[in-house]
Amino acid sequence: MMKLLTSLFVGLTLMSAPVFAQSGPLRLELDEGIIEPLPFAVPSFVPDGPSATQYAQDISRVVAADLTGTGLFREIASDAFISRVSSFEAPVQFADWKAINADALITGAVNVSGKTLTVRFRVWDVFSGQELGNGLQLAGTTEGWRRMAHKVADQVYSRITGEGGYFDSRVAFVSESGPKNQRLKRLAIMDYDGANVQYMTDSAAIVLAPRFSPTGDRLLYTSYESGSPRIYVLDVGRVKRQELKTQDGTMSFSPRFSPDGRSIVYSLIQGGNTDLWKMDLASGQSTRLTNTPAIETAPSYSPDGSQIVFESDRSGTPQLYVMPANGGEATRISFGAGRYGTPVWSPRGDLIAFTKQNQGRFHIGVMRTDGSEERLLTASFLDEGPTWSPNGRVIMFTRETQGASGRASLYSVDISGRNLRPVRTPDGGSDPSWGPLQN
Amino acid sequence: MNVLSKVLALGALSVIAACTNNDPSALGGGGAGGTGAIVAGSPSDPRSPAYFQQTVGDRVLFAVDQSTLSSQAQTVLQGQAEWLLANPDFVANIEGHADEQGTREYNLALGARRANAAREYLISRGVAGNRLNTVSYGKERPIEICSIEECYSKNRRAVTVLTGSTLG
Repeated sequence: MMKLLTSLFVGLTLMSAPVFAQSGPLRLELDEGIIEPLPFAVPSFVPDGPSATQYAQDISRVVAADLTGTGLFREIASDAFISRVSSFEAPVQFADWKAINADALITGAVNVSGKTLTVRFRVWDVFSGQELGNGLQLAGTTEGWRRMAHKVADQVYSRITGEGGYFDSRVAFVSESGPKNQRLKRLAIMDYDGANVQYMTDSAAIVLAPRFSPTGDRLLYTSYESGSPRIYVLDVGRVKRQELKTQDGTMSFSPRFSPDGRSIVYSLIQGGNTDLWKMDLASGQSTRLTNTPAIETAPSYSPDGSQIVFESDRSGTPQLYVMPANGGEATRISFGAGRYGTPVWSPRGDLIAFTKQNQGRFHIGVMRTDGSEERLLTASFLDEGPTWSPNGRVIMFTRETQGASGRASLYSVDISGRNLRPVRTPDGGSDPSWGPLQN
Repeated sequence: MNVLSKVLALGALSVIAACTNNDPSALGGGGAGGTGAIVAGSPSDPRSPAYFQQTVGDRVLFAVDQSTLSSQAQTVLQGQAEWLLANPDFVANIEGHADEQGTREYNLALGARRANAAREYLISRGVAGNRLNTVSYGKERPIEICSIEECYSKNRRAVTVLTGSTLG
């Protein structure tokens, strides 16, 4: 069922040149709560020749879409422009950009030589007339043009906010089609914005909840291909999967990598009871982490690997608990009304995202790692399964609509609760796992 | 003075092309016989799987979030146990299911509890444990697709699906 797929090369490298930390006056402080998006202009990048024209336009559009999609930036439409940028080297007419209230200006140039695509760009603080950071040049292949655009946008985001971006990243998810009672599920990977969808399995068996490895080279997921739920690891580059064997007669699911990528934590069902186990990937040896008659599932490591947050109904309803990574006493951290599940530790280590079910509604929320400052970000008939952007600022999740024609799709929301947006996928989508920034 | 730092290097990363394999024979997700699959034999033949499914009753239902067996469920399972004892060539796979209220992970675990509750009951009535497998589908395979209790109550189920060599 798994086919070996054609692989093609996309050469793409960005090496950050030593940037002289030029902390210009243009700065968005994300923790202060962004009310007004920062206005920016991206005149179409300047093509070096006819073969670069389309790429230049497309790359500028993707850069603008990345920035606008954050909800933190607002693009000024090109029909408002006074200046035309027809040369990358020509001096910028700052007065013209001030006049249309652009705070930031991104200029660029694109060269195509055979299959090699080169992008140069600069970020300008219009108000001070200064460049923000240094101009950069990226080189790659024409097939990789979207990634180069995402890298430009990541640079812009990071120069203006002082935080890492998340645009040059991929999302693994379950592509869904068909009615609820006969849904077909396939494992897929796409760019964070829904472009370049690639299918990793066919729909012969139910597949659930892919989870990227810390470096994005592997995916853990659960499949029914043997007839019952078991955990598999997929080599993303070679599209080759391997079952991670657990004891005979057991079911296993809900796996997640440790931060060093060398072990996994997962749920094992034995005699109807679900506990947490840990498996060393090199030896295949599993050790038990919890041993209660309660359901223990949805484990997620803290970024330093020292703790695990998970869901248990040992109190009578599903709640969130934190325990040492090797097991031991667990501390309950969720105390609000309702049922809590699928906790996920943020990559910054500061927050835990979760699913909450209360009075017939589902929410995605975040809380501090001790359970304080709970904040619900969404509400709908069924929201579940949060995953963090690489910079810990955005959460993607599954939203399912109700009724016989109910459909699952992916959404994202800022951790402030703003900027709720659908993520486009070819069919339905569920169980997103946001991978790391690519190199 | 702005310096345009030039860096030109070509790295390689492989990208996977799309995989398409639509095998209609595999439709349905590997099992879930309790979703209405046609079973062998005539309902009028008391030794047939069809009789087991339709006359004995192949499924028991559960309350929200529960895996305890109601007295009605125990009656159905008693009948299943008697049938399995009278028809020793069959083995069974007990599928546990949940309604869509709840997370995917929790429902998978809950479905396993339900399947196990049915299995334990059959064992307590004399059916050998090695004839009874369990699998949980969580909320992946509802039989009713509306989003109200009328449907949910039918989806919270454990279904005893007969398998074994006599089925060919």
